[in-house]
Amino acid sequence: MDRIARRNLLNNIMLSLTGVCTFLTVSVLFVILGFLVWNGIGSVDWNFFTKLPLAPGELGGGMANAIVGSGVVILIAVVIGVPVGFLGGIYLAEFGGKTVPMMIRYTADLLNGVPSIVIGIFAWTILVVPMRHFSAWAGGFALSLMMVPIGLRATEQFLRGVPNSLREGSLALGASKTRTILSVIVPAAKQGILTGLILGVARVAGETAPLLFTSLNNQFWATSANEPTATLPVMIFTHAISPYEDWHRQAWAAGLVLLALVLVANLAARWVLSRGVAAQRG
Amino acid sequence: MAAPPQSRARKFVKLLVNGDQVSHLVTLLFAGSVFLVTVMLVYQLWIHSEPSRGKFGFSFLWKQVWDPVTGEFGAWPFIYGTVVTSIVALLISVPLGVGAAIFLAELAPPRLSNACTFLVELLAAVPSVIYGLLALFTLVPLMRSYIEPFLKKTLGFLPWFTGPAYGLGYLTAALILAIMTFPFIISISRESLLAVPREQREAALALGATQWESTWKVVVPYARLGIIGSVFLALARALGETMAVTMVIGNNTSVHASLLAPGYTIAAVIANEFTEATDAVHLSSLVELGLVLFGLTMVLNAMAQLLILATTGKGSKRD
Repeated sequence: MDRIARRNLLNNIMLSLTGVCTFLTVSVLFVILGFLVWNGIGSVDWNFFTKLPLAPGELGGGMANAIVGSGVVILIAVVIGVPVGFLGGIYLAEFGGKTVPMMIRYTADLLNGVPSIVIGIFAWTILVVPMRHFSAWAGGFALSLMMVPIGLRATEQFLRGVPNSLREGSLALGASKTRTILSVIVPAAKQGILTGLILGVARVAGETAPLLFTSLNNQFWATSANEPTATLPVMIFTHAISPYEDWHRQAWAAGLVLLALVLVANLAARWVLSRGVAAQRG
Repeated sequence: MAAPPQSRARKFVKLLVNGDQVSHLVTLLFAGSVFLVTVMLVYQLWIHSEPSRGKFGFSFLWKQVWDPVTGEFGAWPFIYGTVVTSIVALLISVPLGVGAAIFLAELAPPRLSNACTFLVELLAAVPSVIYGLLALFTLVPLMRSYIEPFLKKTLGFLPWFTGPAYGLGYLTAALILAIMTFPFIISISRESLLAVPREQREAALALGATQWESTWKVVVPYARLGIIGSVFLALARALGETMAVTMVIGNNTSVHASLLAPGYTIAAVIANEFTEATDAVHLSSLVELGLVLFGLTMVLNAMAQLLILATTGKGSKRD
């Protein structure tokens, strides 16, 4: 009896502990959100979105150049990364034999695991060194390298999810394989592919390390993509490690804006996907 | 026999639209570029680290000096800091993550389990610079004023908890890494626990095991490869993590036994010194550090992939 009571006690203790673990881990997200809103909301105002950063001590500065800069760098990453991820994914799902796709899948996973700072070094060696200056191009290229593996695997996964009967139906009607892919398979998988794209953008939007020595930073407007460009994550970093109170407030505000963007993108991706599933069922 | 130009153009267009060979080739080129870029990445790291490799050879890995003024560079303080912070991080995040995964896979109703998993996965999406921002302004003061003095008072007889409490240092970096890694552990461990066949649980319960005993002695061992795989993946993440660590590690290039002391990691020193390095040997030493980091994470990732494949490929999902 004593033994059974002890086993039941252990059972209850350990199971409650797993509950505690879950509570602790899930609550971290709310702690993060809470701190950012608490510290950042006061500094997110009209000036933040429209003005340039000011010297410490001057009130009313913003991060307009960093917001636009992030947009430019991400746009470059999308323009380079999406075709590679999308077309490469089509190859893996529809054309590939056995060995070549396996090799490419393996290297994509490898690339996905490369620390972002190492991606930064690579972009520096092949773009910044030959061009002899930092630029949004180099930053966008570095980020595109982080997007490609996500896009590639998402495209492949969702194309494979399209039922074979659709493929066969299209081929039986006399369409070529290319026509089948373009008119039947890709449209059927478009929600999934779009999700992959959004998640890819959300992932690179917050990346700092690959931008530190590719697009660098800029306190002013960059007049072209060929110049050092300010981005939100790098701005947060430089402002946070500075000794100035004013800049810390700006860093919190930028952190709040960035986190909001990333979380909204993630929720949007989930929404698009769930709608796709509903549409297929309905 | 020359065909009229118009029909030749039309033929070409037809070839493009219907030509499966063409689209095969085009998509292959794009997919192949992934392979090409990865090979180039290794090659570029290799040639750009040449001055440092040539000058220091393998002793670069265990030399303790990092002095840009005299031009002496050794990687040991950074390798040490990277490994120590990552391991301490895992000591915290593995029990927490596996515990939560057990709750989510075995106890929680599916609706709650999915909701919690979604929230945890959102946590993985939070940019690392934001973790750094929070750590710098909330965790560091907390560590300096409360946690580190407390550790010194209670565990001060151990060499790991001695010296002044700066707030910045190995332990703070490890804590933030623990928070950043447990989403991976939870989501992958949960998947492998869910992949354990239902009969395994029923058999244990039928033999009179309590729910905890069935979970701990039957289900967890069954899913162990996947759980270990998730730990390796988390370790690879922790080793390569840059921004959050850079902001709280304390930037000190000597090796300390105490976890409270400020230190350095590979990723942090690259982030801090890369744009300031003017000397070729300094710069190539930083690139070589990147190469070392690349090698470390590659080995860990490959092992993690194999382990995760071995488990989730095996069992059938709980229904």
